[in-house]
Amino acid sequence: MITVIDYSVGNVKSVCNALEHIGCEAKLSCAPKDIEGAWGIVLPGVAAFGYAVSALGSLAGLVRDVALAGKPLLGICVGYQMLFEESCEYGLHKGLGLISGRVVPIPPGRVIPHMGWNLVSLPEDMDLFAGLGAAKHFYFAHSFCADVADAGAKIAYADYGFELTAAVQKANIYGTQFHPEKSGPAGLTVLQNFYDICKRKAQ
Amino acid sequence: MLTRRIIPCLDVKDGRVVKGVNFLNLRDAGDPVELGARYSDSGADELVFLDITATIRSRKTIVELVRKVAENVFIPFTVGGGIRTVEQMDELLRSGAEKVSVNTAAVANPDLIAEAARRFGNQCVVLAIDARRSKDRPGHWQVCVKAGSEPTDIDVVEWAARGEELGAGEILLTSMDADGTQAGYDNALNKAVTDAVNIPVIASGGAGTLEHLYDAIVEGGADAVLMASITHFENYTITQIKQYLRDRGIPMNL
Repeated sequence: MITVIDYSVGNVKSVCNALEHIGCEAKLSCAPKDIEGAWGIVLPGVAAFGYAVSALGSLAGLVRDVALAGKPLLGICVGYQMLFEESCEYGLHKGLGLISGRVVPIPPGRVIPHMGWNLVSLPEDMDLFAGLGAAKHFYFAHSFCADVADAGAKIAYADYGFELTAAVQKANIYGTQFHPEKSGPAGLTVLQNFYDICKRKAQ
Repeated sequence: MLTRRIIPCLDVKDGRVVKGVNFLNLRDAGDPVELGARYSDSGADELVFLDITATIRSRKTIVELVRKVAENVFIPFTVGGGIRTVEQMDELLRSGAEKVSVNTAAVANPDLIAEAARRFGNQCVVLAIDARRSKDRPGHWQVCVKAGSEPTDIDVVEWAARGEELGAGEILLTSMDADGTQAGYDNALNKAVTDAVNIPVIASGGAGTLEHLYDAIVEGGADAVLMASITHFENYTITQIKQYLRDRGIPMNL
């Protein structure tokens, strides 16, 4: 079972729908026992960073603890941005600090938000992208992006006139700036891969 | 590189998809859940659902509809029509919509855009503008509200720029003059707005041929093109549209 963290904001339903579509039992919950008992955790993200962090509230410590203890964690969009140390979206906010780096505005000089389908180059050694080939289009919708400063993190990039960080992986911690639940078949494969990682870990 | 987006629009009235000409003479175009799933499976980049009745009774229907659509649609979709408060937006987003669009309520209360952007992030907030060519001021367009029935004195280009300042993440720009005519987008309008803002603009109203879509992107500068008549009634498939545009050098997710 995968627990999708319900922090009472935004489009959390779509992630559950997509997980259920691939045959994964998904529970939308913010109960500590569901976070502790799950095979894996998804931190979805449709909200501004500060709002999402404060909505997560005291659960932040628990999510951090179970992730550091080895439970697979997938952050999506703002949920992915929350994996880093801090963000400056509408004021300075602290993130979970699981991966070194900051969330900063997309550099000016291009259309912002970065909204739509962009081609992501998929490194072979990133488990989320197994079976997807060298590159695929995914759906993005964001105005801020992560500036990763973690030597231990694997990174997948998209080209938006600069090298935009599209996904990270550090041990059992995964994050995608794009929305796999809204990226058609390629996105469903990413979720399937995460589910497989969780199942393997649980057995 | 970001691809340009092909976005079918589903105008929903009494639980059915309808399509009119210049916002009038509606004809039935099918079941929204079925049509939504078909578009999601056939390569559309995004969907827009507009509740064109937008009454208190239809509000409950649209939330239920969003829930059903979201179970079978794995591409982003925007919901709009009659949205007045951030609580209504929250309900729609929690039911599975990726973005919400505001129109009349934002004109009456521009702070709604800012409030929504702070709570959900800019990328969730679409400012829908129904534009009509001004009879008094050539080369200008006026913002119309209440499903296009009520013209205002607000200039479309200025309103779009103000919407961006307030925190809208995207502009859904509909030409009322061109809507449903299948005679081409109003690219002077599209160009005026895309030049004035730095957020994505979805051109809407008037698509009849594949060339019209190309022109909206190249002449109008649109980041995405919205269409209804030409895909609902199956004149063209999404794949045909994307192949045509890709062959003419437009980046497509195909």
